[in-house]
Amino acid sequence: MSNLLSRLLESRDWLLADGATGTNLFDMGLMSGDAPELWNESEPDKVRALYRGAVEAGSDLFLTNSFGANASRLQLHDAQDRAHELSRIAAEIGREIADASGREVVVAGSVGPTGDIMEPVGSLTHARAVEIFHEQAEGLKAGGADVLWLETISAPEEFRAAAEGFALAEMPWCGTMSFDTAGRTMMGVTSAAMVELVQSLPNPPIAFGANCGTGASDLLRTVLGFTAARPDLPVIAKGNAGIPKYVDGHIHYDGTPELMADYAVLARNCGARIIGGCCGTKPEHLAKMRAALEAQTPGERPTLEQIVDALGPFSSDTDGTEEGAAADAASGRRRSSRRRRAS
Amino acid sequence: MSDEDDDIILSELDDEELVQQMFDDLYDGLKDEIMEGVNILLDRGWAPYRVLTDALVGGMKIVGDDFRDGILFVPEVLLAANAMKGGMSILKPLLAETGAPTIGKMVIGTVKGDIHDIGKNLVSMMMEGAGFEVVDLGINNPVEDYLDALDKEKADILGMSALLTTTMPYMKVVIDTLIEQGKRDDYIVLVGGAPLNEEFGKAIGADAYCRDAAVAVETAKTMVQRRHNRLSA
Repeated sequence: MSNLLSRLLESRDWLLADGATGTNLFDMGLMSGDAPELWNESEPDKVRALYRGAVEAGSDLFLTNSFGANASRLQLHDAQDRAHELSRIAAEIGREIADASGREVVVAGSVGPTGDIMEPVGSLTHARAVEIFHEQAEGLKAGGADVLWLETISAPEEFRAAAEGFALAEMPWCGTMSFDTAGRTMMGVTSAAMVELVQSLPNPPIAFGANCGTGASDLLRTVLGFTAARPDLPVIAKGNAGIPKYVDGHIHYDGTPELMADYAVLARNCGARIIGGCCGTKPEHLAKMRAALEAQTPGERPTLEQIVDALGPFSSDTDGTEEGAAADAASGRRRSSRRRRAS
Repeated sequence: MSDEDDDIILSELDDEELVQQMFDDLYDGLKDEIMEGVNILLDRGWAPYRVLTDALVGGMKIVGDDFRDGILFVPEVLLAANAMKGGMSILKPLLAETGAPTIGKMVIGTVKGDIHDIGKNLVSMMMEGAGFEVVDLGINNPVEDYLDALDKEKADILGMSALLTTTMPYMKVVIDTLIEQGKRDDYIVLVGGAPLNEEFGKAIGADAYCRDAAVAVETAKTMVQRRHNRLSA
């Protein structure tokens, strides 16, 4: 493949991705409840500053300000007809910053969840979901994104629908899910199940992994789960800078730049090749992460205990990949099912 | 499962067996079977309130516990809640007629800017499942909508949900407005959402942060009880 990200992955052992979008935009005055994507049009200089912050801190790749630029989410701001346009502008500004950087920087077109639950449990049909993702993908492509970057997904159905939408736009892509519920995604997907999911797609991503969730420790446990399954694809780690706290009217994440530097080095030791932050990760964190990744040589695969010692405790005792978990789910621990009526 | 299990005839079970079977059917999200079970119990002379508490609330408690313990996940819980709703559709008008007691009333919605209502819907359904009355304001609620509804519905509990770091600070706007208007102590304020934690809940002045729907139900029960005790003391 001739896209920039694939080329960089061939020549480099690891790449530094970017940090938070929301956290950094808040620092520039975004108000709670407003759509960050509307700033692509009304405050382009602030979006430039967001991108530039990551590039100048040493990121090899940054995500565009288009997480919620899909028809379903924009409906809330009565901008449901603007998904293509706002996605395109987000990527155009990204292209401008990447091209001016004087080095090779990947513009990754961020695509977040629709916010709806898919059939059969919810009301969003597969066909409509594909259409929503396709529309956003075309916008990001028109704006000059190098790759598409699906993130914070919980449902396997939605992940598949996005992959299909990206195929229609003929775009290479990466995809990450958010493991925030006892080590699984909200919909119950384990790290091992995600490896199976991505490898079963007709158009697999360039790389896959985890983002956001509940802190750096949990995220690395998930990465260990990915790499234990020996996937063919490179793994992405994009964890939050600690946990959110409310200080003087602002959300503040308690992870220091030093902690995130330790996290980055551990993430590489866990087998991740694209390493970045998520909520709470600012340019000062990224700079320390870059410096640590460059200064230190890759080490042994860490144990869970070593991760806890360095980054703090996990939010749950297990994450569904421990020995016997699959068997438990199939029989013993689950109460179900004394019967299934023929339907 | 084995063939003979497919032939269970609900009407042939005695009351105790039927309630156990309804627990299983709720767990498996079998709506038609739950509605059938509710009708059978009513036909056998059970009071609507007893059907609600013994069969449905009892069954949803198991679902809630397994959700809390990471054995069940959102898709299974939504199916169970949907089955519960089927049963409630029969019971609700009957309960209203008989003037059966409710444990408390909750106004709930996601805050301004947030359309992610999966967690809110779960809480809403589990609260109903536990016998609370729930007024669901849906998504994207500005502060005025919360305040109007609390007032109009004479609610006991305000539930707010946010999934995004860009929307969670809005919860504080709502709580601060309650304080300004001198109404904060009139309500139990519960907050939830993936990026939140207990510390955040405290910092913005909520009564509690609820990690998931099962915890929300337990917290609501305890706090309503405590409030009743205080009022009657």
